[in-house]
Amino acid sequence: MALSKLKYNSLNVTAAASKAVGFDAGADDLSASLSGGSMVFIKKVTASSSGTISFLNGASDVVLDSTYKEYLFTFKNIHPSTETSFTFQADTGTNTNYNQTIQSTYFRATHREDAGEADLYYNQSNDQANGTAFQTLVESPQIGANNDENLNGYLHIFNPSSSVFTKHFIARISTQNDDGQPGYVMQVFTAGYFNTATALTRFQFKMGSGNIDAGDICLYKIS
Amino acid sequence: MALTKFNYNSFDVTPVASKAMGFNSDADGLTSISPTSMVLIKTLTASSDSSLSFVNGSSDVVLDSTYPIYLFKWINIHPGNDSVHFSFNGSDDTSSHSYNITKTSTHFEALLYEGDTGAAVQYNTAGDLAQSTGVQSLGRGVGNDNDQATSGELWLFSPSSTTYVKHFMHRDNVAHDGNGSFSNRISGYFNTTAAITAIQFTFSAGNIDAGKIKLYGIKDS
Repeated sequence: MALSKLKYNSLNVTAAASKAVGFDAGADDLSASLSGGSMVFIKKVTASSSGTISFLNGASDVVLDSTYKEYLFTFKNIHPSTETSFTFQADTGTNTNYNQTIQSTYFRATHREDAGEADLYYNQSNDQANGTAFQTLVESPQIGANNDENLNGYLHIFNPSSSVFTKHFIARISTQNDDGQPGYVMQVFTAGYFNTATALTRFQFKMGSGNIDAGDICLYKIS
Repeated sequence: MALTKFNYNSFDVTPVASKAMGFNSDADGLTSISPTSMVLIKTLTASSDSSLSFVNGSSDVVLDSTYPIYLFKWINIHPGNDSVHFSFNGSDDTSSHSYNITKTSTHFEALLYEGDTGAAVQYNTAGDLAQSTGVQSLGRGVGNDNDQATSGELWLFSPSSTTYVKHFMHRDNVAHDGNGSFSNRISGYFNTTAAITAIQFTFSAGNIDAGKIKLYGIKDS
């Protein structure tokens, strides 16, 4: 005998598109007013002496298309194999050159553990004027490679699948380094746009040199 | 007569781990719906409190390896005193918490007074720390006129790590006692490999008269 499954209209609640079923405020009835999450986890990639970490739309459960207008990458305990920079790029279609044209700004604030180098500074060496290089998120050699050193932060990508607009990004990173002098903290602000009207389908992260020794990069969708 | 209970596989939908059940986009079928990855853990509402603390394992607060990233948000934090600094500190104790973790940080601000004066973006050496165990100021010079307050957020990364120092990143806006808008950006680290088990918010003088502080966990699965 075929199994009889309860259909959507078997529940004693008025169906509402894309709403979850839960209990009402009195916990004495069903309700279809609950929304799913507006910030939803898509994918985590954990580095293990990785040369690069890539997120490709349609591969390994990654969604990076017109489904959502905003995507968020988070960086947790990113640890390099050597003191270096942290960078990212994107590409279109099935291309893997990661050389899209980028227009960007880059500034940061620093402070040492001995109270030196309290500074707010625009760094022209790490912005891009229609450049095709990997975009620096932390300049070299500001990610320390000592056992307890790491960087953390996030990167917003707006409407990567647009075929009309350039694609904006906003990043903020906190990193530290003990480069033989008193250690220091650096907070870095990078923003810009991929100067293309072609949909971006993939993003790649890598160190300026050496590997991403450890750490997690997570991708979320924002609805 | 025994009640009939429906099980997970009683419904006309394919079960998906850790998803909710809801209606599809046409409201004519069932589907799985993704829950939020930003989970509210705890809301504290100030009422002339000298401090507001989020202690792992206490009063439903989770501040451990359950989440890789934690996010505090505060809304309309109003001080009892005028021209005081909204601040925070961390603890690595497991009980009888002392808030005195060593921190190094950097601080800059953008500001403008209501008279269209003072427009600047500048590094603020009064707001950074160099290996200090004292509180980290967040919003400085918060006014306590009835309509003045500060709102903002603080990201705390991997507080339970016993390998790495623990980074934090903050941004806020302050209704300054001098009648202006001050927007602050602070980033730094707890310079310890011990797990951070509690976070406490205070003003540099007087009470937290009113306002809410919320703690969220950011899931990574």
